[in-house]
Amino acid sequence: MITAAAQTLSELRPHLDVPVVLVLFGLWAFLVSATGISALVRAWRPGPAMDKVLTIARSWWIMAGLATAAMVAGEGWFIALLAVISIQALKEFFALMPTRHADHRALFWTFGAVPVQYVAVAMEWELLFLLYVPLYHFLVGPLRLVLRRQPEGFMRSSSLLHWGLMLNVFCLSHVAALLKVPIEGSGAGLVVLLLILTELNDVSQFLWGKSLGRRKVLPEISPNKTWAGLLGGVATTSVLAAVLTPILSPAGPVFGAVLGLALGIFGFSGDVVLSAIKRDVGVKDFGALIPGHGGVMDRVDSLTFTAPLLLWAFVLWGSL
Amino acid sequence: MSTFWLRWLFFVLVVRPGRGVLLGLKTLHTDRLPSRGPALVVANHNSHLDAIALMALFPLKTLPWIRAAAAADYWSAGGFKAWFAEHIVGIVAVSRKSPDGSRLSLEQVLGPVSDALSDGRIVVFFPEGTRGEPGEMLPFKRGLAWIAEQHPDVPVLPVTLVGIDKAMPRGEWMMVPRMCTAVVHEPLYFSGDPRAFGDEVRSVIASAIGTTAAVARSPETPERSP
Repeated sequence: MITAAAQTLSELRPHLDVPVVLVLFGLWAFLVSATGISALVRAWRPGPAMDKVLTIARSWWIMAGLATAAMVAGEGWFIALLAVISIQALKEFFALMPTRHADHRALFWTFGAVPVQYVAVAMEWELLFLLYVPLYHFLVGPLRLVLRRQPEGFMRSSSLLHWGLMLNVFCLSHVAALLKVPIEGSGAGLVVLLLILTELNDVSQFLWGKSLGRRKVLPEISPNKTWAGLLGGVATTSVLAAVLTPILSPAGPVFGAVLGLALGIFGFSGDVVLSAIKRDVGVKDFGALIPGHGGVMDRVDSLTFTAPLLLWAFVLWGSL
Repeated sequence: MSTFWLRWLFFVLVVRPGRGVLLGLKTLHTDRLPSRGPALVVANHNSHLDAIALMALFPLKTLPWIRAAAAADYWSAGGFKAWFAEHIVGIVAVSRKSPDGSRLSLEQVLGPVSDALSDGRIVVFFPEGTRGEPGEMLPFKRGLAWIAEQHPDVPVLPVTLVGIDKAMPRGEWMMVPRMCTAVVHEPLYFSGDPRAFGDEVRSVIASAIGTTAAVARSPETPERSP
């Protein structure tokens, strides 16, 4: 029955293969049951902790809903959704950063990089996608700062602008670019693989750390990260990746396990690097747009690291 | 009456989405906004976007009663800009100088604002008289106290705008997307002493500039010191 429904949906939306649709079904079944269990637990033992869990769950529904809707609607919609997320993440980033009045025009062009980058993804202009932010914008962008003739703080401002662009536009656009990776089957499978592995890696590192973590990895940067959380999370992600990779991509379970291992470590790295940025400017979250999670940047922090990893891992796999 | 619908459409199609997507404007204490006039909304002024942002804080059903006091020499010089300012933005034109350049009395300058309040409108007013440099609040002019003295029963609602000065600072015509915050304070009423009243409103507005980061933090999250 479920397979038949997946086949029908896959015929209606040919860019979604049957296994991709089945995994999406599974994901929603997981969300429904996890939310249901949390609601039952809250009914049995009410309290602020369970309220918080349900707030977090509600936000997951909205995020998963948006991602699924955009994915079903088509590649263009999904790329547009990522562009909007990039803009929101940039907004949150620069709201916290100490920019000068002289940086105003340069900031304008920084936001202008978002349409360029995502049009490059949509049109499959590979070189523009690869070079626009790290090369062209890196070289020409500071010129806009120099034209304001204020050398004081130039180095700091140009670094802030480049960091913001690399993380929130270049790295994040890799999520959309996965749709265009030239492998057999649909790119949508790789996107689903990335999103599931990254988010469950975050969740499982958190849960492992909560249940038996004691020794902290980097207490000065992120007081909640423990060795048990890191190792348990990476192991869980690796096992999950070994199972999901053969379903969602043409690669095998061994490649999947290695990929999951690297992805777990990269996700952790994204988390702590962005924590260091937050700690540097003295805030706990990048925003409050997503109830229970913080800002958009708090949710995509590990994605900025895992998306490029997964994309280039599959490009490498395809060339072997 | 037809231009009201143009104004309504402008707020629905341009201002509201822009407020959300480009400004990411978060309002603290929305419940303190009056649902009906007369009321005088006063705020710090650093950007051309301030007046529109303040007008957009209110629900759409209040729109017919909302006006923004704006300099006639700048906005009502004729042509499309004057039409747009009057009918679409909805300004109360305030003449800072007479055509021959002589000084005008407070009554001559601010009479239209006073009339609008008498008509039961909610008027957005910038007591600094002009836009300050980013992050700076200029001294208040005497106008605010004069208006409040004419209308001692009209609530004066101080609002602190944070971050809009970075979205479009003075002297820039390009806007940059940005997270901004508007803090609505408790309404104040004229105290009988014009100078003390001006100082009181100014200190209330200034009190939130240093403490509210331009990021939309949830109100229950206490500030962390860097």
